[in-house]
Formats: sequence, structure tokens, C-alpha cells
Amino acid sequence: MQIRIQHGKHTLTIYLQGELDECTAEAARAKIDDATSQPGISGVIFDLSGLTFMDSTGIGVLIGRYKRLKARNIVLCVRNPSSAADRIFKMAGLYEIMPKVK
Amino acid sequence: MNFLNEMYLKIPAVSVNESFARGTVAAFCVSANPTLEEINDIKTAVSEAVTNCVVHGYRNKNGDIEIRAVLYDAALEIEIKDRGVGIENTQEAMQPFFTTKPEEERSGMGFTVMQAFMDEVDIVSSPGKGTAVRMKKYFAAGEGAESDA
Repeated sequence: MQIRIQHGKHTLTIYLQGELDECTAEAARAKIDDATSQPGISGVIFDLSGLTFMDSTGIGVLIGRYKRLKARNIVLCVRNPSSAADRIFKMAGLYEIMPKVK
Repeated sequence: MNFLNEMYLKIPAVSVNESFARGTVAAFCVSANPTLEEINDIKTAVSEAVTNCVVHGYRNKNGDIEIRAVLYDAALEIEIKDRGVGIENTQEAMQPFFTTKPEEERSGMGFTVMQAFMDEVDIVSSPGKGTAVRMKKYFAAGEGAESDA
């Protein structure tokens, strides 16, 4: 899985590309946490257009990131979910904690 | 329902094989002409079951995962089996958000995903002997849906 970070003024856009499963979770977690640890961020957007696969391990990774960011009052949103991401987001109710934005 | 094909796959329980297993089963299903959504559902359910073998069944120690599948024109039947620690209480394990490893940020949604994405899910487990997950997915187009060619 590839993770690309785009830095805005107060917002980070994180592109999750490839497959998020047990095998890729640890590296994804570390990379996202490293990128979001810098001060001065008020919002994080996960761009999921390139996320070709995600299972419940991915749900755990995203909920874990949500909790960490929420503890620092950072808003987390998602955008452009692939059909694979959209299906598991709807099933797990993830849009309720990380809403979809345009 | 007409028989199309069958497969048997035995692979070491390592996390790189999650992707291999779900990709292999997806390729195996192609001759039944499932929809993209059906293929994705099967891939996700297989990934959940294989991940369970790696993380819970063998607790990241050595072991083999056995996958048996039968493909019909209107359905896939699949069994994913380990000879790991087994599950004491399968009813409890199947509850949404139940996890034995909350410290690892695990969602506890594995069986819930399997149940949501497959039409039938059965778990047979014996503590100390292992766990088998049997699942069935029906294809919407399926039997008799072909054109009159």
C-alpha cells in the first residue's frame, strides 16, 4: 500500500492507495501517525479513491486514527471513496464518525 | 445448480498470504461470471477468515491454512480451515466489536463482515484443534440467467 501526503495550510490530505489489510496495517498506521503528529493541523482528509481493498483490519486502523485525532480536536473526513471502500464504510457505519466530503 | 470447478489450496499462515488467498479465490470465481460487487464481497470475506487464521488461530506462529472451494454456476461454497488454538465460544466471537486483542486496535468486525458479505457463514471450532469457517455466496445472475445463445 502506498500513502501520499499533501500538506495544506491547516489540513493534511492523505491518499491511501492499494490494499489495506493485516499485512499492510502496521506500516500504514505508522506513516499516518507520523504525518499527523506535527502541530498546527486542524483537519485531516483521507482520500480513498485509490483504496482498492479494505477489510476489518482496515476498519480498526481507521477507527484508531479517528480516536487519536479526536483526542487532539482534529477533524477527520474522507473523500472519493472507491466502491470497495464505500461498501465497507457503509456496512461498518464509518461515515458517521468520519463524514464524506467533496 | 451446475457444478463448474473445485479447488484446494494449502498455504503457510503468514499475512502476505491474505492477499494471495483472496486474489486466488477471486480468480477461481470468474468462470461463474459474478458481478464485481460479488467478487469484492468474496475477497473481503476470504481476507477476514484468512486473517483470523494468521492472527488468532496460529497467533502469528507457524501453521498451514487450508482452503477448499466448490464453484457452481449460481454459487460459491468455501471452507477456510486452520489447525490452531480454536475458539472457546463461537457465539461470543461472532458478536460485532468482540475482540480478544483490543490493544492492537482490532475492530472485532471480522465475523460481522463475513456475515454481511456472504449468504451463509458457519463456524466449526474445537479448542486446541482448530477452526473451520464455511461460507456460501449466491450469484445474482446465476443459473439460467445466460442469454439464449
